[in-house]
Amino acid sequence: MKIGVPRETHPGERRVATTPDVVVQLQKLGFDVIVEKGAGAAASFSDEAYAEAGCEIAASADEIWSGADIILQVRPPEGDRAGGLKESQTLISFLYPGQNPELLEQLTKSGGTAMAMDSVPRISRAQKMDALSSMANIAGYRAVVEAAQHFGRFFTGQITAAGKVPPAKVLVIGAGVAGLAAIGAAKSMGAIVRAFDTRPEVKEQVESMDAEFLMLDFEGEDGSGEGGYAKVMSDEFIKAEMALFAEQAKDVDIIITTALIPGKPAPKLITAEMVESMKDGSVIVDLAAEMGGNCELTEPGEVAVRNGVSIIGYTDLPSRLAAQSSQLYGTNLRHLLTDMTPEKDGNLVLDLEDEVVRGATVCTGGETLWPPPAPKLSAAPAAKAAPAPAPVKEEKQRSLAGPIIGMIVAGLALLGLGAVAPPSFMAHFTVFVLACFVGYMVIWNVTAALHTPLMSVTNAISSIIVIGALLQISSDVPLIKWIAVGTVLITSVNIFGGFAVTRRMLEMFRK
Amino acid sequence: MFEVNQGIIQVSYIIATILFILALGGLSNQETARRGNWYGIVGMAIALVATLVGDVTQNLELLIVALLVGGSVGIIAARRVQMTQMPELVAILHSLVGLAAVAVGFANFMDPDRLSHYIGVELTIHDVETYLGILIGAVTFSGSVIAFGKLSGRIGGSPMLLPARHWLNLLLLLGALWFGYAFVAQSSAGGGLMPLIIMTVIALLFGIHMVMAIGGADMPVVVSMLNSYSGWAASATGFMLGNDLLIVTGALVGSSGAILSYIMCRAMNRKFLNVIAGGFGTGGGTTAAGGGEDQGEVVAIDTQEAAELLSNAREVMIIPGYGMAVAQAQHTVFEITKTLREKGVNVRFGIHPVAGRMPGHMNVLLAEAKVPYDIVFEMDEINEDFPDVDVSVVIGANDIVNPSALTDPNSPIAGMPVLECWKGKTSIVLKRSMATGYAGVQNPLFFLENTRMLFGDAKETLDEVLKAL
Repeated sequence: MKIGVPRETHPGERRVATTPDVVVQLQKLGFDVIVEKGAGAAASFSDEAYAEAGCEIAASADEIWSGADIILQVRPPEGDRAGGLKESQTLISFLYPGQNPELLEQLTKSGGTAMAMDSVPRISRAQKMDALSSMANIAGYRAVVEAAQHFGRFFTGQITAAGKVPPAKVLVIGAGVAGLAAIGAAKSMGAIVRAFDTRPEVKEQVESMDAEFLMLDFEGEDGSGEGGYAKVMSDEFIKAEMALFAEQAKDVDIIITTALIPGKPAPKLITAEMVESMKDGSVIVDLAAEMGGNCELTEPGEVAVRNGVSIIGYTDLPSRLAAQSSQLYGTNLRHLLTDMTPEKDGNLVLDLEDEVVRGATVCTGGETLWPPPAPKLSAAPAAKAAPAPAPVKEEKQRSLAGPIIGMIVAGLALLGLGAVAPPSFMAHFTVFVLACFVGYMVIWNVTAALHTPLMSVTNAISSIIVIGALLQISSDVPLIKWIAVGTVLITSVNIFGGFAVTRRMLEMFRK
Repeated sequence: MFEVNQGIIQVSYIIATILFILALGGLSNQETARRGNWYGIVGMAIALVATLVGDVTQNLELLIVALLVGGSVGIIAARRVQMTQMPELVAILHSLVGLAAVAVGFANFMDPDRLSHYIGVELTIHDVETYLGILIGAVTFSGSVIAFGKLSGRIGGSPMLLPARHWLNLLLLLGALWFGYAFVAQSSAGGGLMPLIIMTVIALLFGIHMVMAIGGADMPVVVSMLNSYSGWAASATGFMLGNDLLIVTGALVGSSGAILSYIMCRAMNRKFLNVIAGGFGTGGGTTAAGGGEDQGEVVAIDTQEAAELLSNAREVMIIPGYGMAVAQAQHTVFEITKTLREKGVNVRFGIHPVAGRMPGHMNVLLAEAKVPYDIVFEMDEINEDFPDVDVSVVIGANDIVNPSALTDPNSPIAGMPVLECWKGKTSIVLKRSMATGYAGVQNPLFFLENTRMLFGDAKETLDEVLKAL
């Protein structure tokens, strides 16, 4: 089958749905790939690079829409394109069917198949095709870069000959994929990072990135909703939360907000008063700008300066890092296609029994399939920490009586032995006990790496038993003599073999 | 042969003893280990020459022939043995010590001077010593032969569990004790050969039965236990002959083996008796924990992707297990290590104490493949470093990287210290299939999000990874 990738038509969109690297992988699945002229130009992928990877270059988008079996895009199709989808064609892109009912209707009417990358269910298996996470990751990183652009100081603290520079303080609201990416980026630039989230289970993730997790002094409410997303919180909770933000706003230099609740307008978390209370030169990056913004003063798509605070409301942050986001998005698409091409023969199979495929497919054969049934398993509960190991306590209680009784028994046995045994035996016995202790002391010092040589060398020296045979070999009794000869024979195997193999092993240990 | 002062022989024995202690002491690190081995050789030579000169009065030519023949066999075996076969070699060598103890004991018993030499309590003690030497020797012998069979694959590795096997063991023990008593009682009258032979047979059976009941991954404990027994056998023989050199050497070897067994048991969080009693998880309730629940899906990758993961990493930890030994993959592992290190990747090895079939098995294999020992680390040294590790490569290991040992108190391996590779960023697990490890416990590591499975024979897949690098 032929995969077609048209140039994105949305103004300002720089991403492209596939890259030369991904094309190579797609060809391995048996697909032919055709790319519209200049499709990757804005993301720094030239037509030559695509051609080199084995792509056909199409002169116009029409050629692709009419000729390809599978059409890959980043943004939803614009204009009449959706209606022009043929029954045999499959369109895969971000579609946001919830927000775009007309588009969904158009696509359904066309009779073709449409799959929304934003509807891929959030289950473990589908992580590799989770384009929303890929894009959120990039947005989080880019948010920090944008903030740095508008922030007039260093992120990292420095002590220079020209004076001391305090580190910037960054507050990240919402520790989802984007929030965590922002934390990581800001942290690696040297800022002091704090983060807040309504879902207490992300505390660990935040702390694992060396950021401070701001706890809300509020009992009994957990903001985790279905599928690992956040949900709407109660009024009291929001009040406490707002108080926390108001307090933080006075202190921090940069606020990055990423709070989104699926299918709802973004919650307003940063009020005009809070912005006013921030220091001059501070920056707010509002990643929720497209959904109305977390800050009251956000202007979607623009950078607004209010009271000396720059409020960045870009809605196209992933597109501002086009090469990276194209690469990740293309790989997400490739993973989806790999799963849908079980035979690797270039034939796409739409298996609606497959939870991932079912979730992503919004319409096929004139039938609307959106919204999909709820996924069977949410990723969030599975991620919950396993219970801490139960401490083993029983041992402590009986640990005293055992050794004491043992020592008493051993002591009595020794006394009994001493009472009956002749002195010659006791002399040997003394040597034996002392040797055991010497052995004990010496062996504990042996490094674990040399345990095998230790065994072979002790094996060699335990053949000292040959002395016994040597003492017997001069016997006049033939049977004893021959037994002794046999013993010498087998122990000498051991002596020479043991030492030789130890030597061989030790020779191998090299620095 | 010559008139040699008994005092000089004693002094030689003392020197030999000291050299043996220095030999063991030398193994405390790799630099001094080679010198330690030489101490052992010199000590053995001194002891042999002293005894030869002092006590051998006739049949010297027979002795020399036996020494030369045995010695050449030993050296040839030592030269030819593959490093992966070390456990077998060590086991078979142990059996020889056991056999020698039995032979020396019998020969000593048959010595006509015995009755005139010892009287009363001394005779009883001497007989008990003879009896013990033969008993321990026989158990060591048959146990080691079975261990050899199991390690070399001539006998199936799974535990053979006879019904009522604990009772059987008890019966054998009581039988051995009874015949021991009969032996001591009859020997002062000049008899006792029959009970001694029967007891020896019982001891042989006991050795066979004991090792048969122990499964593959418990082999490190068995091998070190047999090591210990061979020492005690030498020590008992020393008592019998009134020879301090044998007593001391035997005690050194015996305690060395005992400590190794203890270390191995601790590394598996199991009681020594529990291992010796045989079988794993026969205590009940473990099968339920097996594969019953659905653990989720594994993410499989191919060699190409594995190579990519490795070359993009900065910190790589390789965790070898018995599977690496089986596949003889250690040389490929080293080639990969070398390639990665040339690219500036910090590759290290994490070794679990019970990885493989013998204490220190993995270290020897890696040393054979010329992996420098300063990048090979013990579990305790390295477990804290895992959060900084980008990629952990688990090669043919299972239970030693099982997180449920720490998280699931009901798991049969609960409490066993494990290499915490899941704390790293990614783990690549090389495995032939999804089968469970020796303990029969499913490994949740395979289902973690940051784990990638690379199925296939360890050597072949690693060769391909190497090519892709």
